[in-house]
Amino acid sequence: MAPALTGLTMHELTDRYRRGDARPSEVTEAYLARIEKLDDQVAAYVTVVREAALAAARAADERYRTSQPLGPLDGVPVAIKDVFCTRGVRTTCSSKILENFVPPYDATAVARLTAAGAVMLGKTNMDEFAMGSSTEHSGFKVTRNPWDLARVPGGSSGGSAAAVAGELAAAAIGTDTGGSVRQPAAFCGVVGLKPTYGRISRYGLIAFASSLDHVGPITHDVRDAAAMLQTLAGVDPRDSTSVDAPVPDYTAALAGGVAGLRLGVPREYFTEGMDPEVERAVRVAIDRLRELGATLEEVSLPTTDYGLAVYYIVAPAEASSNLARYDGVKYGLRVPGGRDLIDMESRTRAAGFGAEVKRRIMLGTYALSAGYYDAYYGRAQKVRTLVKRDFEAAFGRVDLLVGPTTPGVAFKHGEKEDPLAMYLNDVFTVGANLAGLPAVSIRCGFSASGLPIGLQLIGRPFDEARVLRAAHAYEQATDWRARRPAR
Amino acid sequence: MISREDVEHVARLARLALTDAEKERMRVQLDAILTYIDKLRALDVDGVEPTAHAVRLVNVMRDDEITPCLPQDEAVANAPDPSGEFFRVPRILEG
Amino acid sequence: MSSPISDGGSRRLAVATRPDYEVVIGLEVHAQLLTRTKMFCGCPTSFGAAPNTQTCPVCLGMPGTLPVINRRTIDFGVRTALALNLRINTASRFARKHYFYPDMPKNFQISQYEEPLAEEGSLEIDQTDGTVRRIRIQRLHLEEDVGKLIHEGTLETAQASLVDFNRAGVPLMETVSHPDLRSPEEAAAYLKSFRAVLVYLGVCDGNMEEGSLRCDANVSIRPRGQTELGTKVEIKNVNSFRNVQRALQFEVQRQAKALDAGERIVQETRLWDADRGYTRSMRSKEFAHDYRYFPEPDLGPLALSSVFVDEARAALPELPRARRQRFVAAHGLPAYDADVLTQSRALADYYEAAVREFPHAKIVSNWVMSELLREIAADDERAIAGAPISPARLADLLRLIEAGTISGKIAKDVFQKMFRTGEDAHAIVDREGLTQVADAGALDTLVEQAIAANPRMVEDFRRGKTQAAKAIVGQVMKASGGKANPAIVSRLVEVKLAKA
Ligand SMILES: [Mg+2]
Ligand SMILES: [Zn+2]
Repeated sequence: MAPALTGLTMHELTDRYRRGDARPSEVTEAYLARIEKLDDQVAAYVTVVREAALAAARAADERYRTSQPLGPLDGVPVAIKDVFCTRGVRTTCSSKILENFVPPYDATAVARLTAAGAVMLGKTNMDEFAMGSSTEHSGFKVTRNPWDLARVPGGSSGGSAAAVAGELAAAAIGTDTGGSVRQPAAFCGVVGLKPTYGRISRYGLIAFASSLDHVGPITHDVRDAAAMLQTLAGVDPRDSTSVDAPVPDYTAALAGGVAGLRLGVPREYFTEGMDPEVERAVRVAIDRLRELGATLEEVSLPTTDYGLAVYYIVAPAEASSNLARYDGVKYGLRVPGGRDLIDMESRTRAAGFGAEVKRRIMLGTYALSAGYYDAYYGRAQKVRTLVKRDFEAAFGRVDLLVGPTTPGVAFKHGEKEDPLAMYLNDVFTVGANLAGLPAVSIRCGFSASGLPIGLQLIGRPFDEARVLRAAHAYEQATDWRARRPAR
Repeated sequence: MISREDVEHVARLARLALTDAEKERMRVQLDAILTYIDKLRALDVDGVEPTAHAVRLVNVMRDDEITPCLPQDEAVANAPDPSGEFFRVPRILEG
Repeated sequence: MSSPISDGGSRRLAVATRPDYEVVIGLEVHAQLLTRTKMFCGCPTSFGAAPNTQTCPVCLGMPGTLPVINRRTIDFGVRTALALNLRINTASRFARKHYFYPDMPKNFQISQYEEPLAEEGSLEIDQTDGTVRRIRIQRLHLEEDVGKLIHEGTLETAQASLVDFNRAGVPLMETVSHPDLRSPEEAAAYLKSFRAVLVYLGVCDGNMEEGSLRCDANVSIRPRGQTELGTKVEIKNVNSFRNVQRALQFEVQRQAKALDAGERIVQETRLWDADRGYTRSMRSKEFAHDYRYFPEPDLGPLALSSVFVDEARAALPELPRARRQRFVAAHGLPAYDADVLTQSRALADYYEAAVREFPHAKIVSNWVMSELLREIAADDERAIAGAPISPARLADLLRLIEAGTISGKIAKDVFQKMFRTGEDAHAIVDREGLTQVADAGALDTLVEQAIAANPRMVEDFRRGKTQAAKAIVGQVMKASGGKANPAIVSRLVEVKLAKA
């Protein structure tokens, strides 16, 4: 019974809860047992909170018993990326510099999930400070792709994506700064949604690049993504960049299909270097959408290539600033025996940050330093405007953009040693971060080697409903969801 | 072309103690990344407004109302070197 | 420190300053805004709480926390900018200023850089010689304060330091003047007027002891007639009118001596040591000062509407200088009185309330300046507002003098008693029987006794020494315990001496 339970979507689970065919504590037990059994292979979790999870589950049991459930997340066991602060629960960002940090506050996203009855199983592994695309750059462990343990789950939200794909959680949340929800979702064959910038509060999300960081759900299917977004979305007085715009009923908006939708296919999203298997699968998926009634049109996003360069200035610059606070004074690691303050701080940061984080701090500090600001950060902010205009122009003609999430499928551990090669993974995803647009990645096929392939849909600002509707229509019309990783 | 001195200056600004090996690796890698980034120079951005945020919000403010503080013990709970009610730091050399 | 007129010191300085060099000074003033809560979080700003008890995740710079602008800080900034005739920028934004220091939780300060709240205005200061100087102001911007470091021992010898973040995040308003000040006393006068403006506006309590108002000075000197500026030196930590003068005087002398000796002035930051009375170089690694400013990505820009600005302008109170001028014009007060009485808004309000009750401007002014200010400092807003003698009661007292019920001399004692006990004048005068003896019958006897008791004085009077009469009047007043009405007594004495 238990293994069956762990394969279910949120809505399948809560249907059973309501019918009394299953209880949240029972399902939570099943997940905890599975984590116990499998997570030393997958390594999705950094921290598991067994007791707290069971307590929350029992409270949910009670609500269902008295038929007063809180909604579509009540009693659903979820995984939280360790970038989100959790009151009283160690929050590390997968960095040695925060190894023992216990926040006295909850991230708004976490507070909203738990208020909706979600049961937090634990905190998931990630690339340190969300800097990476493989979850190999964690200060603690290397997460593996449930479809092939020799391969990466993508990143930086690799732990959350692997947890959902590996049935170690019913759903999860991650963060997406340059593709960190969509790319691991694609590599792990799950649904990853990055909403519009400002749609979900960033309060308590440990900042990597403030103007690019987004919170997003990672789920088994699109319906679950809609339900989770419903809970997470909305203005937060603690986040000055969260937007006070009405939150539509995303689940209701799933109906209606793609008939009459104008889909734009960006020419630049099909490049020389990309994996032909990915290109083929995505082209087939786009045809399927046409068969379902959408009209197709080729569009151009000329600055696509520049987007990545902009991203690799803006993100490190903001990161170098956001990470200045880790100095061994207020919290986290301190390397003892420093001669003086500067010595202590410099050695603490050298020991506490991994190579990739140091690289980006250096890059960002350089880009902001005297004499280089205009050439790098200043110019990048202007090109960012051009990137945004490209999308605006495209959305003047079409309702959604459709293309691949990544140029390739999940790669092998250690395959991409060169930082630049790793960065190129984000080429199709960074655009939506720079322009703050809602975008989703859904499964659209498999490589010959049996690895999932991701289809990306990008919408206008605050048009999550339409993005989800198209994704849902495709999902319903295909049966990719049926396939499961071994074990 | 980024020099060893650049690397050392930036490392000082960023408070990072790097080994000689790290400095050299950093120099090579930063150089490669910056060369890639230099493609931005190809674009004409004269008169283009910079974008700091994709979604532009103005005048977001809060009222001047007191909210609860952390209890002192919680405030210093995470300090690596707490000294009762304070955060303790090694001696500060001015420069 | 801030007595009504603190130019006793500056006179000494005037002598000390060198005639052969021109002094060029610019002041940077950081004022703590009188808000309930911090700049970007809801923690209280009150002074003197136990260490790290007025902090939250936001002002401790904990991971994932975000700033939210306190609306009142913008209101106060705009109010001040308007009072100083600065141009309010319709678009302004916050920026991050980076440098590592343990009193700064995020290792960057949220401040304003390229787009400050306001730019280009001025403050007019009246000088002791009656002339007016217009000091231009470059910019006004808002930023967050840092925490407090307590060194175990002195900074030089401390093996460790302790950090208290209660102050971290408290709103500061930084105002930078152009280098228009030409002497240490002028700098002090600027600071004094500036402080008065802030206090009048109610945006800052002006309390320098508690650090509500902090001042850094940029000073350079150049041979008179030379057009280009000399090398400027920044002096930190000059936190009282007196210290501004002392520090600048010292620095001017130091630079003058250096130039005399043919040395070059090094551009540097020097710390004023008020106890030892000298400035010393901070010789911090200036090369490392690369603040890497960039727009604060956690805060959107400010776009202040002209409507908002106009409303703020309309709500401005009368400012010290205008009020001082009105006191001269409307109440016919001497400039000196007007200057003293406008030291603080509370004092000026007190004075005007008293004059409304007792419309003799100069008399009220004398009593406020000599009696009230003997008890309370002119700039102690709180003390004056809560003075045990209300303006109405002071007016009552003055009416008793006017009516001849008590003498001015007695009135001063009554004032003291009123101040100590909080009673009104009538109660004290009646209980202690202080009303003047005006009944001629009672005085006759006193006068006769005095004349009988001083035959020599009578002799002198006869010989034409008229002041002998005054001496006898004095005797009578003494005998009456000061309660006799001097006018009546002298009339009686003259009459009786004539008869005698
Ligand atoms: Mg400042
Ligand atoms: Zn606070």
